[in-house]
Amino acid sequence: MELLADCSLLPGEERIIDKDIIYICPFSGALKGKVFITNYRLYFKSADADPAVTLDVPLGAIGRVEKMGGASSRGENSYGLDITCKDMRNLRFALKQEGHSRRDIFDILFKYAFPLSHGLLLFAYLSQEKFEENGWSVYKPMEEFRRQGLPNDKWRVTFINANYELCDTYPTILVVPFKATEEDLRKVCTFRSRGRIPVLSWIHRENQAVICRCSQPLVGMSGKRNKDDERYLDLIREANGTAKLTIYDARPSVNAVANKATGGGYEGDDAYQNAELVFLDIHNIHVMRESLKKLKDIVYPNVEESHWLSSLESTHWLEHIKLVISGAIQVADKISGGNSVVVHCSDGWDRTAQLTSLAMLMLDSHYRTLRGFQVLLEKEWISFGHKFANRIGHGDKNHADQDRSPIFVQFIDCVWQMTKQFPTAFEFNERLLVTILDHLFSCRFGTFLFNCESARDTNELRSKTVSLWSLVNSDLSFYQNPFYTPESNRVLYPVASMRHLELWVTYYIRWNPRIRQQQQSPVEQRYIELLALRDEYLKKLEELQLSDSSPNSSHLSNSSTPNATSPTQHITHLHTPF
Amino acid sequence: MIIHCKDLRVFQFSLSFSKEEDAKKIFQGIVHHCLEPKSLRCLFAFSYCENTSYPEVQRKKQTVMFDSVEDWIQDMKRTKGNCRVVSENSNFELSPKLPQFFIVPSNVSDEDLTKYQGKGLPMWCWSHHSGCALFKTASIPLVQEDNVPQTYMEKMLTAVAHNHLYSVKTEDLSDTLPAVQDILLSYNKFKQFFLIDNTTEFWMSDMKWFSSLDNCGWLDIIRQCLQKAVEVVECLEKENTNVLIMEEGGSDLCCVVSSLVQLMLDPYYRTLLGFQSLVQKEWVAGGHAFLDRSNHLHLKDKAESQSPVFLLFLECVWQLQQQHGPAFQFSETYLTVLSDSVHVPVFTTFLFNNDSHRDNILRAESPHTQRSPLNCPTVWDWSVQFDCKAQDLFTNPLYSEKPKQDTSVRKSYRPKHLRQLSLPSSAFKTPPKKGFFKDEADNLKKILGVKRLSRWMLSPSSESPQTSSSVREFYEAWQTKPLDYHGLLLPCLDGPSIRVWMQRYLRWIHDVQILGGGPVAMLSKVSEILGEVQELQRQLDRHGCTLTSNHKGARPRAKTASVIAARSSVRLSSSFPFVTSRNWLFKPAIPTSLLQSLMVTGMAGNLADREDDGGGPESLV
Repeated sequence: MELLADCSLLPGEERIIDKDIIYICPFSGALKGKVFITNYRLYFKSADADPAVTLDVPLGAIGRVEKMGGASSRGENSYGLDITCKDMRNLRFALKQEGHSRRDIFDILFKYAFPLSHGLLLFAYLSQEKFEENGWSVYKPMEEFRRQGLPNDKWRVTFINANYELCDTYPTILVVPFKATEEDLRKVCTFRSRGRIPVLSWIHRENQAVICRCSQPLVGMSGKRNKDDERYLDLIREANGTAKLTIYDARPSVNAVANKATGGGYEGDDAYQNAELVFLDIHNIHVMRESLKKLKDIVYPNVEESHWLSSLESTHWLEHIKLVISGAIQVADKISGGNSVVVHCSDGWDRTAQLTSLAMLMLDSHYRTLRGFQVLLEKEWISFGHKFANRIGHGDKNHADQDRSPIFVQFIDCVWQMTKQFPTAFEFNERLLVTILDHLFSCRFGTFLFNCESARDTNELRSKTVSLWSLVNSDLSFYQNPFYTPESNRVLYPVASMRHLELWVTYYIRWNPRIRQQQQSPVEQRYIELLALRDEYLKKLEELQLSDSSPNSSHLSNSSTPNATSPTQHITHLHTPF
Repeated sequence: MIIHCKDLRVFQFSLSFSKEEDAKKIFQGIVHHCLEPKSLRCLFAFSYCENTSYPEVQRKKQTVMFDSVEDWIQDMKRTKGNCRVVSENSNFELSPKLPQFFIVPSNVSDEDLTKYQGKGLPMWCWSHHSGCALFKTASIPLVQEDNVPQTYMEKMLTAVAHNHLYSVKTEDLSDTLPAVQDILLSYNKFKQFFLIDNTTEFWMSDMKWFSSLDNCGWLDIIRQCLQKAVEVVECLEKENTNVLIMEEGGSDLCCVVSSLVQLMLDPYYRTLLGFQSLVQKEWVAGGHAFLDRSNHLHLKDKAESQSPVFLLFLECVWQLQQQHGPAFQFSETYLTVLSDSVHVPVFTTFLFNNDSHRDNILRAESPHTQRSPLNCPTVWDWSVQFDCKAQDLFTNPLYSEKPKQDTSVRKSYRPKHLRQLSLPSSAFKTPPKKGFFKDEADNLKKILGVKRLSRWMLSPSSESPQTSSSVREFYEAWQTKPLDYHGLLLPCLDGPSIRVWMQRYLRWIHDVQILGGGPVAMLSKVSEILGEVQELQRQLDRHGCTLTSNHKGARPRAKTASVIAARSSVRLSSSFPFVTSRNWLFKPAIPTSLLQSLMVTGMAGNLADREDDGGGPESLV
């Protein structure tokens, strides 16, 4: 029972089993202790190590559970369990060899880590957590479109998909060109993979250029054309008088060509006269999955020692990040220049979501606020049908499923790279990003469950589960970046060069105790100290009732003229003898 | 005409509008002054100094120059060292190869001082509070038949051991760290990555960036130096053993390692003046051959001795500073500017090979021979290069001084065992005593005649498989304790922790400037608020409000001004303060190598078609 003191259970969380066990810690060796498993987590605490080593792993983060060694295996600690996690770590436990001691714990882990494979509910449906705020109300599509100034005389809102009849992976509310009729939409629908027609994601307030997203056209081997689709794209172009609509195909051109064999393809030059097509060379989900796997190999449990940089390069992880970011830069740059764009990949729910949401993050400072970022995720990822269930494999035992891929992790990494390059431009901090990724797997909240809105409706997700934003918005200050300086209307262009991209050590290598986990960066700490000091002094001044004689505010604001004197400018003085 | 500068700027000039003769003249003029051999007398410093009378500013009372016996005595007292200060060489009567002033173990006799022109003579660097000390020396090349150097060396080791607890460890850096020529080779490869003058070239090299970095080995050399310094720190801090580091000349890697050790152990050297004093002590007075290593004179026969050893040291300091920002009073910009100043042939600091060299030249060059030697500025006279505002950029807004009352308490009693008790016991099983000199002396006699002297010693490197794990344990034990920015600092040496000095190397490359971003965006906010706090303090002071004592600890340094306080009106870029963003187009840099990456993935066959296409991917650029 003493274990419970350290770890308070969530409302709705139930203990299932306790067991004496040995945790084979890759950093401090075999540790005797006790493990207990609930319907939400695996918790371990070492008995005699000082300080005690604890593990607190949501079962949702577990990707694979395997038995290690047999009843007759020799060697110390050779009999036990091997657990592969989705969050960049592996866990090994050893048990006594007598009496099939691991059977019960293995069965329980297997059952509760993969509830959907065993006819059980995900923990999000069992949780009884209550929060002050209801996170499900963070995103209201109409409100968001209204914020962007929509609908207007060029773009209208359509409810054609209210019952998911047009496209079962799209949200119910869509924004389309004003001139396109419902009939047009149905026709275009037949020519786009999975019916994911081009719809508006974002509009530039001044120049009215838009980001539209969709899936690939069904061109096929024979090079089919569709007049309705061609006309529809031209309506998008027309809406703000863009001379040439730019279509960004996220894939490498080779892949786009190869897709013709399976009925897909890309917009040909002849068919789409007023459009230019640009391939962004971003690879598919399988490549990304393998890349992250390689990355895990070189950082867990130990950071590769010899030729670290070459090893890092050989994972290609940062190279993929670079391609995604530079794709988004191109989209944002086109929009800033007043040209509308259409973005797609194959199905328009992986790379497309990455590109549109990153471009929107660059273009629209609203999305860089804490709540705005939640809206961005709800909109571009959740409502537009990024297949979270398949990509993460929530509660599913099939760890080798080819549909799994860390596309969303990669996107969050891109966002982290941007926050790193612009430390004052985002209202949220790194903690928010890590929290999002933790609960991407944990299944504690409903936010990242299911593939699309229609599935969420069927499963009554919003009424039966709690949103991650309920947790976040009930404690906003924890996720706030003290350096945030709001600057509206400023387009952020990160530098998509390997020189500036770095491995997100505090996420990917966070389990390694050698990586110093600081609650706060020293810069942040210092800044907060100074802010407190300033407030204290201000208060003192007020107390002394001296503020009348010397208004401190005016004193402060012009204490020094901001003159960016550069040392190099001065060095020239030296060269002229004096 | 393309000009590559030593501070990594690249300039391109078109000479198409100038007459051929003029163009030639310009070209030859530059070559003549920059690249052709010349005598020291022709360096700009001398014409500069003759034509400039500048007041001898109060630098003396700031940076300790280590050019007087008092400076040395004071520094030894500060560290509570107990060695012999030698001042007999103040006019180079003992030997021109020896520094003017230096400190040796107290058991070294007068005749020992000059025996091998200073080779093998243990020079005191720094004393640990436990009493043990760090010494450095130039190793004596061994002549097989002759036993004299060995007896001499034994005597010197005894003298070092005598300093504290009869323990000594020797470490021959020539065996374990790269040679100066390798350092140069590596740096030459490394700097090529930054001497980039066009966008295409830049993005071409971007894909292979990490492996290129890895292959040139520069970061690895930095890591090795830091690792060696940690090993020495471990000996001093954990085992309280005297350490004698040696290498052939005794003034290259010895300087790197000894200065790093002192930076890690002694917070005084992490202040701006402390750091400058450290450079004076270990590098200038320590006889680092700045002139030969930087080859200001472009002498062909000196080309081999050229090597960026001092830059390597600054690189290591930068790594430490990057990892433990608040521990340093000086900023990254300061280090960058200092690394640039090495190439400005004006400062006496970097013009000479050693004390007697400087003395000779300055005396000979003096216009008034009867009077004082030529008065040249040292690099520490920053006002020669920068105005006050620019100099304010040298201080680190994250640094805060150690609370005063705390220091006094600590200093009065600081028994080392207390500190050791705080280490986790498991990680600190005392290793078998390997350093006791008496045993070692016996060993010495047994194994005489094998290669070089240092090889007989049990040095940390001789048990190399254990060393790295021991260093790791040491680091981990240190890491589990709360971090004290005014205490011992150790660098993390893991792959991701050793990084490229962005400011120094990327500042001129347009394509990687982060407009409105970079660490400076954060630091400038800290400076801004610091300025406000200081202003408030002044107001409070003016109103006679004495701040209660517990606030004094938190009081930021009054000197740090809010220069970087660039309000939102000026948008700084990541290369601030070296490039201002005024005339930049607000256009994002879009990697052009997207094309290349495609070709690499097996489409080389289509290369020709692609170029003829015109449209398509090229229009990305």
